[in-house]
Amino acid sequence: MAFVTVERPKLAWHEKIFLSTFVKGLKVTLGHAIRTFKTLRGSKTVVTMQYPEQKWDDQLPEYYRGVPALVTDEQGRERCVSCQLCEFICPPKAIKIIPGEIPSTDPWAKVEKRPAEFDIDMIRCIYCGMCEEVCPEQAIFLRKDYAVTGESRAEMVHDKERLYEIGGVRTGLVNKWNELK
Amino acid sequence: MELFLANLNLTFLIASVVKVIFLTFMVIMPMVAYSVYAERRVSAVIQDRVGPNRVGMPLTLLGFKKDLQIFGIGGLAQPLADGLKFILKEDFTPRHVNTFYYWLAPCLTIVPALLTAAVMPFGSELNLDVLGVAQPIKMVIADLNVGPLFIFAISSLGVYGIVIAGWASNSKYPFLGGVRSSAQMISYELSLGLSIVPVLMIFGELNLSKMSIYQDANGWLLLPLWGDGLSASRWILLIPVAISFLVFTISMFAETNRVPFDLPECETELVAGYHTEYSSMKFALFFLGEYAAMIVGSGLCVTLFLGGWSIPFAPLLSKLTGFQFHFEAGHTPLLTGLLHIGTFFAKVFAFIIFFIWVRWTLPRFRFDQLMKLGWLVFFELALANVFLTALLLWLVPLK
Repeated sequence: MAFVTVERPKLAWHEKIFLSTFVKGLKVTLGHAIRTFKTLRGSKTVVTMQYPEQKWDDQLPEYYRGVPALVTDEQGRERCVSCQLCEFICPPKAIKIIPGEIPSTDPWAKVEKRPAEFDIDMIRCIYCGMCEEVCPEQAIFLRKDYAVTGESRAEMVHDKERLYEIGGVRTGLVNKWNELK
Repeated sequence: MELFLANLNLTFLIASVVKVIFLTFMVIMPMVAYSVYAERRVSAVIQDRVGPNRVGMPLTLLGFKKDLQIFGIGGLAQPLADGLKFILKEDFTPRHVNTFYYWLAPCLTIVPALLTAAVMPFGSELNLDVLGVAQPIKMVIADLNVGPLFIFAISSLGVYGIVIAGWASNSKYPFLGGVRSSAQMISYELSLGLSIVPVLMIFGELNLSKMSIYQDANGWLLLPLWGDGLSASRWILLIPVAISFLVFTISMFAETNRVPFDLPECETELVAGYHTEYSSMKFALFFLGEYAAMIVGSGLCVTLFLGGWSIPFAPLLSKLTGFQFHFEAGHTPLLTGLLHIGTFFAKVFAFIIFFIWVRWTLPRFRFDQLMKLGWLVFFELALANVFLTALLLWLVPLK
């Protein structure tokens, strides 16, 4: 078996008793301290981002997975048909859907179903994006918002209204429910 | 009883109480708090981080133009926030501990550390003629004639706090931390005590305030550049003094459980060492005791080697400027007295910054290296140094 013998470095006496090496170490740390201190003055940091004042919102990549939200199409129709696939696939079981029927008087009566309630518990959500991936109607999307805060557990559950508020309108996707096809 | 009341010196009594309150609650406690802050900020800049910079002194709320900052760096109220956090946290006592000793241990850590501050001369004397006090008041709580001995006697009690904490916690990591700590502190106490014997021989004195007065007039022990300090014997004696300073400083690092000798609480092996099971204010007391011990140790080192409260080149400065910078018994102006207090704490603070700097520079020693260093190197070195000093004092006696 091939092996390499690594010689231990020969140390001078002052290195052996930590004298010169200690001073060298102090010099290194002092150098770092002075350099960083200079950049810190006036709260201008080079590397560290001062979070609430500085944000990376404009530099988030296209594929960024933020909070999940529901969207409507250009006609203002809820895209979700409450098939509950996202509820079933959701690994942390964060999604709760109660399906509701669309009355026959509604112009979109042939869609038949829409969610009566759609809750996403943001304490449970792990931002995995499975709901978006599984959705056959392209109704649920992960947006770029990431700062979800609340003062109670109840506040952290996003209901249907809130989800549509975050999601907004998405145009130019599948339009299979339209009359003009 | 009447005799006792008649002999009661009211000025002395009031002055002592004021000094105790001033030193403990207005100097050491805030100094501990800000040492922790300094520790966090210095460690941050050494590691190219920012550190706590958010909790500012909100002077803008009071109508000032800017928040209070030092060198353009905020976060000065962080120690207050930390203290508040410690008070408000849940004080949890695990069920498996020995409650009495568990409660006793933090007290045993903090009390010796604060007690030793009693003999520390933190200033020369204050001439309070303006307030109608005839006698100038000495800036030391107890002007004992056995200063260093008192400090060693009391500070060695600090090991009990740690050992009892480790034992009472009834858990393996605190136990190991306590055992290590007692071994370490007992080992290094030897070299710590022996290392200052040469200094005491040179001073011929065990009173810390008199040592400071001597150094004020005749040059610091490590900086003999004025007064008698310019004599040949003082310069020759610099050799044992330097050795003793080195041994004393390093032993003090070990005594106060600081890196590179922080084996009692090395996080990688022992979780947090002897205070693993402590929370809230009891943990804060350990913290406080540790930093207070550091401050007192620095104070002792400054008093012995670096002139205590004396301003460098004070007699020369007095001659040059006409203002009295040096100490003169009974004739020290009030301003000079205040300057001396400021000088002392500035020196102590510089020493603490050095402590912190070293902590973030060196890695931790192995336990056998620590013991070897204590017993095989420093003990012998300190002992030999005593004889060397005796020899030098015999060959070139001081005036």
